[in-house]
Amino acid sequence: MRQEPLLQVKGLCVEFATRKGNVQVLNHLDLHLDPGEALGIVGESGCGKSMMALSIMRLIPAPPGNISAGQILLNNSDLLQLNEKQMQDVRGNEISMIFQEPMTSLNPVFSIGMQVSENIRRHQSATRAVAREKTIQMLKAVGIPVPELRIKQYPHELSGGMRQRVMIAMALSCQPSVLIADEPTTALDVTIQAQIFDLLKQIQQDMNTSIILITHDMSVIAEFADRVAVMYAGSKVEEGLVRDIIDNPHHPYTQGLIRCVPFLKKDPGTEREELNEIPGVVPDMRLIGSECSFAPRCRYVMDHCHEKKPPEVQIGKKHHAFCWYLEEGK
Amino acid sequence: MSNTTNVTSMEVEYRPDRPLVEIWRMFFANKAAVFGLVLWTLIIFTAFLGPVIYSTDPFDLVGAPMEPPGEEFLLGTDYLGRDILAGIIHGASVTLAIGFSATIFTVIIGVTIGVLAGYYGGWVDTVLMRVTEFFQVLPALLFAMVLVSLFTASLYLIVLAIAVVTWTGIARLTRAEFMKIKEREFVLAERAMGARNTRIIWKVILPNALPPLIVTMALGVGVAILFEAALSFLGLGDPNAYSWGYMIGSSREYIWDSWWAVTFPGFAIFLTVLGISLIGDGLNDALNPKLREL
Repeated sequence: MRQEPLLQVKGLCVEFATRKGNVQVLNHLDLHLDPGEALGIVGESGCGKSMMALSIMRLIPAPPGNISAGQILLNNSDLLQLNEKQMQDVRGNEISMIFQEPMTSLNPVFSIGMQVSENIRRHQSATRAVAREKTIQMLKAVGIPVPELRIKQYPHELSGGMRQRVMIAMALSCQPSVLIADEPTTALDVTIQAQIFDLLKQIQQDMNTSIILITHDMSVIAEFADRVAVMYAGSKVEEGLVRDIIDNPHHPYTQGLIRCVPFLKKDPGTEREELNEIPGVVPDMRLIGSECSFAPRCRYVMDHCHEKKPPEVQIGKKHHAFCWYLEEGK
Repeated sequence: MSNTTNVTSMEVEYRPDRPLVEIWRMFFANKAAVFGLVLWTLIIFTAFLGPVIYSTDPFDLVGAPMEPPGEEFLLGTDYLGRDILAGIIHGASVTLAIGFSATIFTVIIGVTIGVLAGYYGGWVDTVLMRVTEFFQVLPALLFAMVLVSLFTASLYLIVLAIAVVTWTGIARLTRAEFMKIKEREFVLAERAMGARNTRIIWKVILPNALPPLIVTMALGVGVAILFEAALSFLGLGDPNAYSWGYMIGSSREYIWDSWWAVTFPGFAIFLTVLGISLIGDGLNDALNPKLREL
């Protein structure tokens, strides 16, 4: 008995036109999100995580961006077939997104209450008074004290954590089925970070919202996600349940990422060890052709790796990776 | 326990300054701006109540020609024997009407073109900016003179002519602000919430672009008043409207025999434009968030 996924990304390709030719920022990406699930997307800066999020929202700046192939199925209907007006009804209503910078994602000239309630009124044709009640309720739900007074405040009067809570309230005000959180805590203190994740976790359970969490931080994934997809240079390299990936990473890139997390050591020890790193940098996306894009940085690199795209290797029931080395080792 | 009650009562009493209150405070701290505001209060007062209190018709020949300022006529009479004081008082409303209505038209044209060019970019921007440049390179006063002299001069025509020759500045400013603000993250966030283009233009970007626009509008009122004065001085004004520019223009040949007939209306124009410039500068400082945070 297999559950029907809520959101499915199939073979998604996104390119950007630049002066030096087209750059493929997403390369045949496949993902799925089950109802009520928290999917983590992890990878270095520039690996296409945010591009994936913006593609799902159909917010890629076009031109220069262009979704050149693939499908994005929400409840089995393809978002890429919708016109702009239909898409506007999806955004904020069925799929919402929160961003990295809570300091700049709120409009500075309107009070937060106005911003949240406008969003409710836009999607639900509620009266002003009803929307106001709903706003207060939402702000309370995201842990903002005395929301009756807070609604009159302006973004600059709130702290970063409070603003991110407001963003979450706004994003959830129409009970979307999917919430995309693009590095929601990167700009916040560690203590606030934990609070925001607790809040997201609670929302995921209370409202049965599926969450796609985008981050570069493996420890955040370990704490928050049910399943994780590791991305590198616009492609997925490994996907599986969080436990499987953390305890038993297969792809060399995933292994590298996990080694980079500084405090996974059980014994703090007396000696300090040097931090690990993955040598090299994310490749120039223009130069990626029909080889494994991680090959130049891979410690297990073989001849095939430079010649052909790596095959999918099934590791466990829900665990697979794309790698020649794993294919050989089977 | 007492600790929590304290926090709550603090929250309840917390009344941060509204941005508008803060802007007023900054504005009133600026003495020059307050002086400008006082000048304009007087001018507006004169325009509305002056004709009621001092009802002499400025077109009436009430005394001897070129009577110097004195007891009978406070500011003297012109070469036809018309009361200068009556002209100043009645001219205030004409001047203000021109200043404001021309600015409103300027803003309508300029903001529309600036919004379309700045928000949509691409070929829309290219086309609209070429049009804007075409208007920019025309000598403004000359162009206005041509427009006015093509038709029968009336206040409406003058207002329209002023708007047609002065909208380019507002258009360029609006365009620049839109290009800057549309890249800000909250615009993307609004879009992610499902906002439509019209909403993003009018309710998200425009309110953020207002501070520099308001300042330019204030200064634009001064520019419009000067334009009207210049056109009237050149004899292209509405002959049925007794404006300050008309007074100067009609008496300019007699400047050596009756200096008062041109000096007082000139001084009135000077004070009006000075007042609005000081207000504009004050608003500029008050609306500039970087200065406000100091």
